[in-house]
Amino acid sequence: MSTLITLIVAAVTFGTVLMYGTLGEILTEKTGNLNLGVEGIMYMGGAFGLAGAFYYEKAAGAAASGPLAISIAILSAFVAGMAASAIYSFLTITLRANQNVTGLALSIFGTGIGQFVGEFMRVSEGGYVALSNHLKDAFNATVFPSFFINIPVVGRIFFSHTVFFYLAVILAVLMYLFFKKTRTGMYLTAVGESPSTSDAAGINVTKYKYLGTTIGGGISAIGGMVYIMTTAGCVWNHEGLSGVGWLAVALVIFCIWRPLNAIWGSVLFGAMMIMYLRVSIPFIPTEIYKILPYIVTVIVLVLTSMKNSRDKQPPASLGLNYFREER
Amino acid sequence: MENKCAIEMRNITKRFGQVVANDSINLKLYRGEILALLGENGSGKTTLMNMLSGIYQPDAGEIFKDEEQIYIHSPREAYEYGIGMIHQHYKLIEVFSATQNIILGLNDGKMDLSAAEKKVKEICDRYGFEIDPSKKVYDMSVSQKQTIEIVKMLYRGADILILDEPTAVLTPQETNKLFKVLKNMKMDGKAIVIITHKLHEVMDVSDKVAVLRKGQYIGTVNTSETNPQALTDMMVGHAVSLNIDRPKYAEPKKKLIVEGLTCIDAEGIKKLDSVSFCAYTGEILGVAGISGSGQKELLEAMTGLYPVKEGSIRFINDSGSEVELVGLTPKRIRATGVGMAFVPEDRLGMGLVGSMGMTGNMMLRSWKNGRGALLKKKEPEELANRVWKDLDVVTPGVNYPVRRLSGGNVQKVLVGREIASQPEVLLTAYAVRGLDINTSYTIYNLLTEQKMNGVAVVYVGEDLDVLLELADRILVLCGGQVAGVVDARNTTKEEVGLMMTQFNTSGGAHE
Repeated sequence: MSTLITLIVAAVTFGTVLMYGTLGEILTEKTGNLNLGVEGIMYMGGAFGLAGAFYYEKAAGAAASGPLAISIAILSAFVAGMAASAIYSFLTITLRANQNVTGLALSIFGTGIGQFVGEFMRVSEGGYVALSNHLKDAFNATVFPSFFINIPVVGRIFFSHTVFFYLAVILAVLMYLFFKKTRTGMYLTAVGESPSTSDAAGINVTKYKYLGTTIGGGISAIGGMVYIMTTAGCVWNHEGLSGVGWLAVALVIFCIWRPLNAIWGSVLFGAMMIMYLRVSIPFIPTEIYKILPYIVTVIVLVLTSMKNSRDKQPPASLGLNYFREER
Repeated sequence: MENKCAIEMRNITKRFGQVVANDSINLKLYRGEILALLGENGSGKTTLMNMLSGIYQPDAGEIFKDEEQIYIHSPREAYEYGIGMIHQHYKLIEVFSATQNIILGLNDGKMDLSAAEKKVKEICDRYGFEIDPSKKVYDMSVSQKQTIEIVKMLYRGADILILDEPTAVLTPQETNKLFKVLKNMKMDGKAIVIITHKLHEVMDVSDKVAVLRKGQYIGTVNTSETNPQALTDMMVGHAVSLNIDRPKYAEPKKKLIVEGLTCIDAEGIKKLDSVSFCAYTGEILGVAGISGSGQKELLEAMTGLYPVKEGSIRFINDSGSEVELVGLTPKRIRATGVGMAFVPEDRLGMGLVGSMGMTGNMMLRSWKNGRGALLKKKEPEELANRVWKDLDVVTPGVNYPVRRLSGGNVQKVLVGREIASQPEVLLTAYAVRGLDINTSYTIYNLLTEQKMNGVAVVYVGEDLDVLLELADRILVLCGGQVAGVVDARNTTKEEVGLMMTQFNTSGGAHE
């Protein structure tokens, strides 16, 4: 039993990272932009998030406050992700460059920038960049009082996580409401489905695409920061982060572009990714575990295509650039 | 009850480059009235209405609404004046419900779907629309989608409605339903314009008919005081002499027999309905009809590109034996030795590869001749050079992408290639569409030349004057059926015009 609970808790920790990446990409793809640069964006989020918190602590010294450090980390990651997506948006929306090529280029560019910032900090700070234990605890602290956590079984499963997990869940619910209930959300969906129809209806297609894509990129970047600050222990670690962005892109398909599905979907994917550490079955190599999420994604794709339900399809103009004069 | 003038257009002129699409047109719309705007294809009906809906601005002329001069710069401003136009291509978001589509782009405070749904329901009940406001668009039929577009306009408070060929995609039952709704709206005091070229619909639904011909305003008459014959005369006008040379071929022989050809499209609509005719060698068989009467499907079925439901298409060899073409792919048709050439309507889409030069395009017909993996480039290049010289194609060179040539030169390349294959049957669709006078005559002469070589030419055209002077016989299609076959030397424009526009009338069965 306790093995299972430990597994779930670990899955949630890794799933939180994925959830941010996925939620951001859902917002991006809902506008019809397929941003394959999530991998790079999450790298940048990780590096800049760590940098933000690290330099804040350096400036504030022992008086550094946990909540402020967390806010600064989130903000710096978010801004870094927005900046990266702004490049992508400018290229694909304004200059109408191919989305796949631009996204892949951003992946390479972003991982490069992330590595550079991480290494630069390491070298300039003399070999070791880490937050003090005081701040590390702040990042990894649970939100609920120990009374809740001590409830048998349920306590650890639901109440023992970091603030980032609960923020991600709130974000997912907010995004669900945004798409379902608000005019802006409806217009954004319309832009992703048929930009020409939206344009004819008087919706500013360019504005929606820019906003959706840049804010989406910002959210994705927070995922990278969360990885560095929780799983990696507040130290720059590029190895663990590699592949996470691609997993988020796959997860968007798994969730069939619905934010609420991202909550359980990312935890499930998180479980599949860490299973090889916790549940080892003899004779099965760890690589098999690691490809599980992708296999599941393929199965979901096959199933949704077979059912051919229009509600479960990607946004109709996904991957296509909009040019008004083209008929 | 005195009907009030809702919109008046005075001396409206619109030019596109050299072409005058509307030449100082005057038109009045009254409230509580349905006006049918009648005219052939390209007569400027849609252009005129697009100026009311804000898509185009007139080059000259004035528009008045309720006696007050207005300027409409965009569709949005047209909405504000209460003018709504329903285009032929619906602009809807498939995954949204009817109501969501209706309120898309409308900023009226907080979004309240259930209130909007109620209002939609109200509008539907008032005019007799049958629609479920919460149904998703992807589950809807074409006629339901059209209903959404109309309700969308009414929701925005439009009291002047323009419908661009609303019945083109509807079944007869759906058309009747639409007309009933239009009459309800008329009773409610709305001004309605329907753009159409179907005479029987004009007679059914309209109060007044305004006729345009080649951008000119011909006149407005009360529907109750006119008849289809008079309207046809207004629509097609008097025959114009073009002086196309039409020699007679000595001994025509049967070349192609089409019998009971029926085709059904993906939506289940009958595009061709038991079409039967023969094509002879040394003859140009003209095919006339309002656009969308089945011309495209007929040619594509004959070349093996369109699935045939029933019927047969037989090609007669020189030896007299018959080859059945139905069910064969274009490749198989060629393999059986049937010399068929096709000049499609969509030149750069179906006929040629735009980014390749003349040589490359010539090779599309002969690439199979090469041996092994390498292409044989010499012959196509010679052919390209020959076409370039013989047909006066204006191009910097045979390897210059044909996409960048003018329409006329593109057509010359295509026709040149098809003729070079020495076909026995030559099918052409709108061969002179968009070409200037000189190039058109070049094409006419080429076709006549082919005819005198004993080729059976099928010429699908839209200009009746040309058909009457170029073709030997004219096959008239109407709604996918053969309205009749007439001798082009002994017929009149009025006769063909009437056959084109009337379904199953007694006058249809010629020959």
